[in-house]
Amino acid sequence: MSEAVKVPTMAEYMAEGKRPEVLFWVGCAGSFDDRAKKITKAFVKLLHSSKVDFAVLGTEESCTGDPAKRSGNEFLFQMQAVTNIEVMNAYEIKKVVTACPHCFNTLKNEYPALGGDYEVMHHTQFLKSLLDEGRLTVEGGKFKGKRITFHDPCYLGRANDVYEAPRDLLRKLEVELIEMKRCKRNGLCCGAGGAQMFKEPESGNKDVNVERTEDALETKPDIIAAGCPFCNTMMTDGVKSKEKEDSIEVMDVAELIANAQDL
Amino acid sequence: MQYIPNIIFVIALIAGIGYFTKNIRKVIRNIRLGKDVDRTDNKKERFNNMARIALGQSKMVRRPVSGILHVIVYVGFIIINIEVLEIIIDGVLGTHRIFRFLGGFYDFLIGSFEILAFLVFVGVVIFWIRRNVIRLKRFWNPEMKGWPKNDGNLILYFEMVLMTLFLVMNAADFQLQSMGAEHYAQAGAYPVSQYISPLFSGMSEATLILVERGAWWIHILGILVFLNYLYFSKHLHILLAFPNTYYGDLRLKGQMDNLEAVTKEVMLMMDPNADPFAAPAEDEAEAEPEKFGASDVTDLNWVQLLNSYTCTECGRCTSECPANQTGKKLSPRKIMMDTRDRLQEVGDNIDKNGSFVDDGKQLLNDYISPEELWACTSCNACVEACPVSISPLSIILDMRRYLVMEQSAAPSDLNNMMSNIENNGAPWPFNQMDRLNWSEE
Repeated sequence: MSEAVKVPTMAEYMAEGKRPEVLFWVGCAGSFDDRAKKITKAFVKLLHSSKVDFAVLGTEESCTGDPAKRSGNEFLFQMQAVTNIEVMNAYEIKKVVTACPHCFNTLKNEYPALGGDYEVMHHTQFLKSLLDEGRLTVEGGKFKGKRITFHDPCYLGRANDVYEAPRDLLRKLEVELIEMKRCKRNGLCCGAGGAQMFKEPESGNKDVNVERTEDALETKPDIIAAGCPFCNTMMTDGVKSKEKEDSIEVMDVAELIANAQDL
Repeated sequence: MQYIPNIIFVIALIAGIGYFTKNIRKVIRNIRLGKDVDRTDNKKERFNNMARIALGQSKMVRRPVSGILHVIVYVGFIIINIEVLEIIIDGVLGTHRIFRFLGGFYDFLIGSFEILAFLVFVGVVIFWIRRNVIRLKRFWNPEMKGWPKNDGNLILYFEMVLMTLFLVMNAADFQLQSMGAEHYAQAGAYPVSQYISPLFSGMSEATLILVERGAWWIHILGILVFLNYLYFSKHLHILLAFPNTYYGDLRLKGQMDNLEAVTKEVMLMMDPNADPFAAPAEDEAEAEPEKFGASDVTDLNWVQLLNSYTCTECGRCTSECPANQTGKKLSPRKIMMDTRDRLQEVGDNIDKNGSFVDDGKQLLNDYISPEELWACTSCNACVEACPVSISPLSIILDMRRYLVMEQSAAPSDLNNMMSNIENNGAPWPFNQMDRLNWSEE
């Protein structure tokens, strides 16, 4: 993470009297978590290389309120939502893309009733649409022939029925896509959802991320692909707990595409 | 004197159906204790869901073994009920096999019922083996101790006995028909019971009639008893699966409802023209302050309560739950069973006292502990797994709302997370002004 990337903000666009094609909602993990920042950067590189006219809210972005809502704090959620909606509506935002399935779910499903109606896409859906429009080319590159298994994020898969966009992108990488025995609508949670990311797990006999990592390891993968910064953290920790971090990488779909092209 | 059996039959029928109706009314009354939620929209989609999921068993067969066995028992149950119709008419009128005028078609019907009855018997025996011999894990979770376990087995015994009686009745009838006994005219085909009837070959006509009549009476009285057993059992799902799939949540699973009462408050807070010192309007002052979230069954909505009565404790939700799989206390099935048991307790309280008298208990703590609620990852695996569109997750989240908004009783880690969001717009203690720093690193 040495190179700075050019990331325009909505405020800058506004100052120039322009409107971008899409707002990139970075999210808290994508902004602050060291691992997730790499995903953010990889996605930005892809946006640049596809010549997508995008902007971020930058310091005007705030938590969507998802972890507060799932914890039961509806007040805090709605305060966050209404504030964010005010900002986004002021910028007349029509389309939003985010690399976080939790932000995606909240913006897409829970903001409309509070006055925030946008076309919201997960970054894998957005990349897929760029691919279909011929704006993005995905080639196997260095991942060609690698064994990759995709972990379905609950908030992308079961919560929003998006199963194919990330897989379509992975197939384009000419990798060997191997499904875990529990996948798609039967996929097992990584253990981070419902605000579990921010607390210690209740007492039990195992951590959920370890259970899920075992599913992934059964496929003998070179790479575990994820589509969520929190899943990424959980699976990375799981791989470490199995002492496999030297042979197995956990990577976001956007990173795989960007790295394949050496962007 | 010859009408005595008819009269006894009619009395038994009226008593059986009457008591059942009385109890079903209680179920409906209890479900209506829930808060209102509008499910009158999208009638066509709802009807399709009911046809596909309840009638068509589409989610049952996702687990092929139990799914296909269930379809056999379910189809058998529905189709054999045509025979029950004949039995009821015969019982009221004192006739014997009144539908036999259908001729060849009647033979076909009776033949099909026999084959189905046999398959149901086999299916039920396999179910019993799965529960008691193979001991599938989901039937042995802690919440399945005592009554739930016995209930599951009792239902299977009921069905075994009813199917046996049906076949014995036919076997004796077949024997009587071949002997040319009076009243037992040739009718029906007996592809299964003809193999049972040799057992009766040495018996006199009088004994055979006793066997046939005995089996006939115990069979129909058994059905009436079973009908009334439903109210006391998880087996209510055979009826409630239909309304439950009809009234199920049509939205994407990820969408959690926004609390309207909160929206009002938040909008007021955000309104620059609102006067913070304004005296509340007269009608507002008298209104009881809204309770946020759920601590008891009456705080849940009626669909959640319908869900609880519909649950047949199959445990698919619990077996898919990541928290349960990793040894946490949470079991989505237990959430549904607790909700139902508490609702039943509230209903019984109303029956006893005329209206609800505080019993010092509630769903939270007395039935469901915060530890269970905080173990949930909201991953929707339980919702996806349920074959009849039950959502344990919606109850868990409503109860978390109560814990947080009414009791400020979140785990301390979550309180830190929430104060971070309040103070700096992220669940971690990072400054909002640093949100774009990643682009320069």
